[in-house]
Amino acid sequence: MTDMFKRVFDTDNKKAFIAFITAGDPDADSTVKFILEMERAGADLIEIGIPFSDPTAEGVVIQEANIRALKNGMTTDGVFDIVKRVREVSQIPLVFMTYVNPVFHYGYEKFFAKCEELGVGGIIIPDVPFEEKEEAAQPAAEHNVEVISMISPTSEERIKSIAQEARGFIYVVSSMGVTGVRSEFSAGRDAMVSSIRRVTDTPCAIGFGISTPEQAKGMASISDGVIVGSAIVRIVAEHGAGAAPFIYEYVKGMKDAVKEA
Amino acid sequence: MSKGRYGIYGGQYISETLMNELYRLEEAYEHYKNDPQFNAELTKLFNEYAGRPSLLYYAGKMTRELGGAKIYLKREDLNHTGSHKINNVLGQALLAKKMGKTRLIAETGAGQHGVATATAAALLDMECEVFMGREDTERQALNVYRMELLGAKVHAVTTGTMTLKDAVNDAMREWSNRVSDTHYCLGSVMGPHPFPMIVRDFQSVISKEARAQILDAEGKLPAAVVACVGGGSNSIGMFYNFINDEGVELIGCEAAGKGVDTDRHAATIAKGSLGIFHGMKSIFCQDEYGQIAPVYSISAGLDYPGIGPEHAYLHDIGRAQYVPVTDDEAVDAFEYLSRTEGIIPAIESAHAIAYVRKIAKNYSPDQSIIVCVSGRGDKDVAAIARYRGVDIHD
Repeated sequence: MTDMFKRVFDTDNKKAFIAFITAGDPDADSTVKFILEMERAGADLIEIGIPFSDPTAEGVVIQEANIRALKNGMTTDGVFDIVKRVREVSQIPLVFMTYVNPVFHYGYEKFFAKCEELGVGGIIIPDVPFEEKEEAAQPAAEHNVEVISMISPTSEERIKSIAQEARGFIYVVSSMGVTGVRSEFSAGRDAMVSSIRRVTDTPCAIGFGISTPEQAKGMASISDGVIVGSAIVRIVAEHGAGAAPFIYEYVKGMKDAVKEA
Repeated sequence: MSKGRYGIYGGQYISETLMNELYRLEEAYEHYKNDPQFNAELTKLFNEYAGRPSLLYYAGKMTRELGGAKIYLKREDLNHTGSHKINNVLGQALLAKKMGKTRLIAETGAGQHGVATATAAALLDMECEVFMGREDTERQALNVYRMELLGAKVHAVTTGTMTLKDAVNDAMREWSNRVSDTHYCLGSVMGPHPFPMIVRDFQSVISKEARAQILDAEGKLPAAVVACVGGGSNSIGMFYNFINDEGVELIGCEAAGKGVDTDRHAATIAKGSLGIFHGMKSIFCQDEYGQIAPVYSISAGLDYPGIGPEHAYLHDIGRAQYVPVTDDEAVDAFEYLSRTEGIIPAIESAHAIAYVRKIAKNYSPDQSIIVCVSGRGDKDVAAIARYRGVDIHD
């Protein structure tokens, strides 16, 4: 595990709160502000979404954030610029979340070199499964960037091979379907996490659908951290550029809940 | 590198949630494709339900007017439901049924694939939900009603460009939400492996028949076979059994919309670049940052920003060529075939007819060209009338 990921999970109770934000929604200045605000509220890792025209793993909330960001002119270079501005004032651990085409089209080598330069330690690419990961993971590793593996409720016997090669942390997908706030989760998360832990000590963070402090506490109690996206993006959708104080309050409440786990 | 590759193209770029289901699908397909009973059932459906084999019709008037190669039309428009889409759908629906699935979901552009899927679902007692871009539900309102008549639920997709690509996005999202009882009946030779292979195999009946039919009629192979290309299912079906016949030119006709020099086209091979989207590495219309470009064609069925991986490969190795055909040329051909042969082709198929009109004279009368009439044009009549400024009630 790279130093960055060690730092993420090295909290008082070893439970991390991971917050997602779509870059450029509603604009670059706001994203910089939101990231710093989430850090101040206690987020241990920020997942920055590079917008994509066709985010097939996302529910409506993040789909719309992608569209808003692209409409407002956000580009991959624009996202790198946001990170550069964050890095002028903060060393908060950062990963990217995006789809494979923007990375592939930018050029894996060029993209990951840029990540290394700016201190982005990992990337989540939901449309790159285990079978396809080498083409991204190899150039990423050369630049000290980890390609984060996902394990979902349907992974079953795939868990072993995925977990064995997982780097950074494992993104445990809580439920079937796409991202988005939900009140019910697929059964069997405990079993998923235990199967993973039989194979590796790489930390497991659970994401997809988590929005309330109770859910966060529950998920954190069986894992090493929780990932929250749509619930934060929804605050941005509602308050736009003025969302910072609301995001702060929300993230603080979620981080406190995770601490209790 | 993963399975399902055509040169560098293809692969399985899809969410982890769907990977096991893709393995199960591949395993079931590899089993049933060699199962005599499955094949007997499918052949029976093809012959007694879909109306196969489809005719290979010698278009005598067209041949005389164009003054060159003999023109033959492979009449997929005469299939039940009015297009080649039924070939793939019957195969996949039967396979899904054998896998114990009770529900089919599908994307559709022009509505042809949605209608075919709704039809197979009705026949095989399966639930059916079809995802269709809202713009297409308006362009093809008749097909929406047709699907509903057949018992399917139609979801109008309001995200993105509200066309075929967005319908695929939502169908994929729905599949990842519910895989246990649901099969995603993908309509073209695209998506993650094993779909490009499965759809090609089921569509290859077109060239299997056509090859035997032309040998019967002409005693020799055609000089060229021509078909329209969106994702590329009727064209791969039309090409497949001719790929090893080196003397046979394979020509795919892409939708050039208002022209390839405008930003209103869907000509992937002409204007696209290498990318990874909808489960596959292939050629896509995209911008400098890899954002998928909004594409345009008068034909809802060709209005797609990518092309199946096997086509990208056939193009790379020079085995097939892909040519752009504009809206104007396609509409002219739509009217031309209607008047000349009394056959109203789908506006998609009219792209192939248009190109044959241009090239027929380059061949000699002892050569032949087969063009795939992938669907019938009833669904397009209202839109073509509008294009010509004729106000009719539809």
